[in-house]
Amino acid sequence: MNAYNFAFLDEQTKRMIRRAILKAVAIPGYQVPFGSREMPLSYGWGTGGVQVTASVIGPDDVLKVIDQGADDTTNAVSIRRFFERTTGVRTTTRTDAASLIQTRHRIPETPLAAGQIVVFQVPIPEPLRWLEPRETETRKMHALEEYGVMHVRLYEDITRHGHVETAYDYPVLVNGRYIMRPSPIPKFDNPKLDRNPALLLFGAGREKRIYAVPPFTSVRSLDFEDHPFTIEHWDQTCALCGAADVFMDEIVVDDKGGRMFVCSDTDFCERRRGR
Amino acid sequence: MLLVEGLHKTFTLHTQGGIQLPVLRGVDLAVYPGECVALTDPSGSGKSTLLRAIYANYRPQRGRILVSHAGGKVDMVEAGPRDLLAVRRLTIGYVSQFLRVIPRVPALDVVIEPLRAFGVARDEALERGRALLARLRIPERLWSLSPVTFSGGEQQRVNLARGFVADFPILLLDEPTASLDVASRALVVELIRDALARRTAIVGAFHDAEVREALATRTVTLHGAGAAA
Amino acid sequence: MDADRPLLRARGVTRYYGARVGCRDVGLDLWPGEVLGIVGESGSGKTTLLGCLSGRLEPSAGTVEFTGRDGTVVDVLRMPEPALRKLARTDWGIVHQNPRDGLRLGVSAGANVGERLMALGARHYGRIRATAFDWLGRVEIDRERIDDWPETFSSGMQQRLQIARTLVTEPRLVFMDEPTGGLDVSVQARLLDLLRRLVTDLGLSAVIVTHDLAVTRLLAHRLLVMRGGEVVESGLTDQVLDDPQHPYTQLLVSSVLQP
Repeated sequence: MNAYNFAFLDEQTKRMIRRAILKAVAIPGYQVPFGSREMPLSYGWGTGGVQVTASVIGPDDVLKVIDQGADDTTNAVSIRRFFERTTGVRTTTRTDAASLIQTRHRIPETPLAAGQIVVFQVPIPEPLRWLEPRETETRKMHALEEYGVMHVRLYEDITRHGHVETAYDYPVLVNGRYIMRPSPIPKFDNPKLDRNPALLLFGAGREKRIYAVPPFTSVRSLDFEDHPFTIEHWDQTCALCGAADVFMDEIVVDDKGGRMFVCSDTDFCERRRGR
Repeated sequence: MLLVEGLHKTFTLHTQGGIQLPVLRGVDLAVYPGECVALTDPSGSGKSTLLRAIYANYRPQRGRILVSHAGGKVDMVEAGPRDLLAVRRLTIGYVSQFLRVIPRVPALDVVIEPLRAFGVARDEALERGRALLARLRIPERLWSLSPVTFSGGEQQRVNLARGFVADFPILLLDEPTASLDVASRALVVELIRDALARRTAIVGAFHDAEVREALATRTVTLHGAGAAA
Repeated sequence: MDADRPLLRARGVTRYYGARVGCRDVGLDLWPGEVLGIVGESGSGKTTLLGCLSGRLEPSAGTVEFTGRDGTVVDVLRMPEPALRKLARTDWGIVHQNPRDGLRLGVSAGANVGERLMALGARHYGRIRATAFDWLGRVEIDRERIDDWPETFSSGMQQRLQIARTLVTEPRLVFMDEPTGGLDVSVQARLLDLLRRLVTDLGLSAVIVTHDLAVTRLLAHRLLVMRGGEVVESGLTDQVLDDPQHPYTQLLVSSVLQP
């Protein structure tokens, strides 16, 4: 693989992205623009996450890649192989063995430790975009903390559905200052963002933004006093490992409507089963 | 209470080639509390103009109109809008010849508006308004209706109620009994007498000789080149 | 408190559009509880003046000062933008001629009214909703429509919703640009009555730009008559309308059709 630089990106690009990351870490939740490069995967498939990972990964890192909690979906496998081929670093499926975890749509169930980095793939970074299409205006709103409209969104949900309908990518307030979209993780995972010992990095390739939540930063999900934030619950436990209080996938097993619930985090489930 | 000195008012009609109509030529007048000064000129001689000028509705070209207000004196000719509005709110009441009717506002609300501007609480204002309308024999069923559909006499009585509800120290009355029948006129005379007993200073144009005789403590003719006290 | 300083003071406000005069050398003092009408025909400069007074247009010259609730005086034209935007959301209100410019069409009426409260930190859904409910009643919109979108409202209702949305934070000064423009006559009348009541009940001050003298007669205590960017006459509303001095004012007043 001499044709490619370590981790595919040239060193200048990595430097540019690392500068953006440093800025993002210095201003938790603030979206830093960066010069997103053309990657060998289309927009919408994790180009932002891949660029962030490529910029921070080093030869001694151990990489885990998950998609919807699983290490073995097509996307997770493709991205892991991409890094294997362009860096040669060790990869793993075990959350506690990884130093660097790239994820789409979930945070691992296994608690993270200080020193770990999680890279999230973000489709739309701007939480105010639903209301305000103009980038010039949303930047001003963030700068001036004009966030009343985010609660308007929640208000509308409660009015229409009796509760906040948003089930994933649920907006949060980071470090008491910036409102952020945590990427399409289920709201079940939002509490894990709060004061997490790991460094959380977010990359949006198409929208060209990077943001970050440094370790042990406060992250609060938006809510109303009389409609506090709640997470999903299942009556069932995992059919494979028996875990309760985890995020579960519902799998249809036959054409008579039979279904079973299993942990979405495959590594977590396997380890509980002793594999 | 009220002192008019050397008042001149001329209307210039620019839309009609700039014709000038001098109406007041050097009017002097002094009015004291408890006095009722009746202006006795024939129609069109400027009685309304003088009353309106005192109220600062018309703007004189020359002269002074001094009014005792809030412990001091305000010149209605020179004063700024803020002071004029304050004088109208607290010191001078004006009953015009015609009620300017705003549709959809109930008669009772029209009547109590000066009290509300004075700062009186709504409940108390309503009570006083009702009492006055009753005194002027406006039927209760009309109180919540807009005066738009009232007869001339009824409208005028609403107008009067509005003028008398707030106990202004100075009252300007422009033909207050014009569209009223005999019975109503008597009521109004009573009302004015009560105001005079409260030491209100009144200047009025009274077309009806009987009313004039009943009320005026002094009569004044504006023309003959300026009035004498 | 209000004895010494006007709520809004403007001096020498001038705005050029290239070589064209928008408005020139306009001064005014507005005290709490006063409604000032600015009348003139199209091109008179009244909308330009309103823009300059509310900090949305930058004048070529002049000063505009506003006295805040705590008595501090702010220079509107030199305020940093964040402070101006905050002022516009709290102590000030703006009622646009076209209600659609002042509403969020894609959210419910209740959310529209509650937004300013939420922007100021209100975090209790029940109380926000109750306040919105109350205000809809005050502006005579059927309260049952609290969850409807403004797009389903008639233009008169939209305008009243805009007013509710603006007044919910009880601003001290409201700027209105032709608030009854484009409405049917009967709808106008109703809206004017509402504005009159609200101005009195809330002790609002307002600057109302209009070309319609009937609106000023009903709402304004004082009047500025503008023509060609200049103020040609000013005074109490009844003074200006009953005893107009300037030839243009006389023309304007005599042109009004009496029904």
